[in-house]
Amino acid sequence: MKYMLLIYGSEDTWTEQEREDCMLESMAISDELESQGKWIASSPLFPVSSATSLRVRNGKRQITDGPFAETVEQLGGYYIIDVVDLDEALSIAERLPPSKKGTVEIRPLFPLPARRASNITAEETR
Amino acid sequence: MSLSLSLQVEAIYRQDSGKVLATLARLLGDIDLAEEATQDAFVTALKSWESKGIPAKPVEWLISTGRFKAIDAIRKRSRLTVLEPELEHRIEEIQEANLSFSERDIKDDRLRLIFTCCHPAIDPTVQIPLTLREVCGLSTQDIAKAFLVPTATMAQRIVRGKAKIRSARIPFVMPDAASLPERLESVLSVVYLVFNEGYSASSGTAALRSDLSQEAIRLARTLLDLLPDPEVRGLLALMLLHESRQAARTNQEADIVLLEEQDRSLWDRKLIEEGLLLVQQSLASREFGFYTIQAAISAVHAESKSTQETDWAQIVALYNVLRQIDPSPVVELNRAVAVAMRDGPQAGLDLVDNLLETDQLADYHLAHSARGEFLRQLGKPTDAKSALEKALSLARQTPEQRLLRRRIDSLVLK
Repeated sequence: MKYMLLIYGSEDTWTEQEREDCMLESMAISDELESQGKWIASSPLFPVSSATSLRVRNGKRQITDGPFAETVEQLGGYYIIDVVDLDEALSIAERLPPSKKGTVEIRPLFPLPARRASNITAEETR
Repeated sequence: MSLSLSLQVEAIYRQDSGKVLATLARLLGDIDLAEEATQDAFVTALKSWESKGIPAKPVEWLISTGRFKAIDAIRKRSRLTVLEPELEHRIEEIQEANLSFSERDIKDDRLRLIFTCCHPAIDPTVQIPLTLREVCGLSTQDIAKAFLVPTATMAQRIVRGKAKIRSARIPFVMPDAASLPERLESVLSVVYLVFNEGYSASSGTAALRSDLSQEAIRLARTLLDLLPDPEVRGLLALMLLHESRQAARTNQEADIVLLEEQDRSLWDRKLIEEGLLLVQQSLASREFGFYTIQAAISAVHAESKSTQETDWAQIVALYNVLRQIDPSPVVELNRAVAVAMRDGPQAGLDLVDNLLETDQLADYHLAHSARGEFLRQLGKPTDAKSALEKALSLARQTPEQRLLRRRIDSLVLK
């Protein structure tokens, strides 16, 4: 079962030193998970001030500066992991340094349907 | 179909459908699917047992049949949504699941189901109805009536809980040793909340609500049978001791009768004896907590002939332990009442006034009604009256309001 761990926290509560320690620790956890075949992807994100939002309405792109929603705690990074169940995902989330300062939201990844036969043919003949 | 067969199947359904459901839920990881498969298995049993007779191990037969019914159902559903690789994998897992179920496995599955329904990842307001529905087998309609919400609302909550278990893959397992205390705590609090819903019966649905108390006691017995932990024992003891006073707690007019005025001959001695034994066992384990201490306090009352003869010093001592394990303003208030019984109303009044100053209990009607009682005993009926009126303005249940009015009316004002 694949889960996405979304790391939320207040961007301004971290000192440079804390940020660096957090990343080093997170990299070590990612390496460990990878060696167990449980790691798919993870990355910190630039602050929300770097965010750009886009929506298409009536066929037209609307591009705005900033995140989808202004919140007290911002999305600061993510992990995608492949584990047995929610309890295992929780025990990994608990180890992540930001869980002590902010919040880790755990979302199961929705499994994709099998490709339709016609699509596969289309791709193969391309 | 012969009448006797259908009666026998009905009896098996009443007694064992919960076990079948719990094991299927673990195998399938999906309560909805497990419910459907359980129903299908019983329908199939009615047909099959007619010619072949009831098998030696009907529960195992039903689980096994339910499993194949579930696989059929998954295949049928998949034509609509298609999740091929995941699905095939799941079906394989279900097929390969251990075919022989021991008595113990099946029992443990009920415990796993309780832990799943009370998983902290499920909204607390959903945990209770979900447990009542899936573990106790109560109908959604009855649960809705007991909690005074429309059936549709309750059905929605239960659906939400089942969907969360399925989509987030909340496992059907016993928590590991490290998280067991924390997880058990949430299970026990669900059981206790169910009991209190029933115990503080107030409205026209009183009968249904007292069913909830019985259900909570039954649940705690199941839990104790599966997991002999001191706090499970403590909680069962606490509920039995409370329940033992049921007949004395209200009079014929359905008015509340306070502990000091209760006819103690109406107390159920059988429940008290069972409760006392459980409290002793739990205290002897030295690993007791919050529920055991509360049960011990209740036990002191149960053993006393009257309020005057109650060992209030012992009760204060127990509250002193309780405030360390679980400090809360309500515990402080109850302790203040016990201190007043030991040292006189002025001591109690001082403590309650201090508590009210911190503002935490300012909106709690029982704080003001305790204050009113202390003031009455101190010969200050005017002050007592305003404290009781304050309590009356905060009390929400009609029997409590009636009790407060009676107490206000009986004050002799100078």
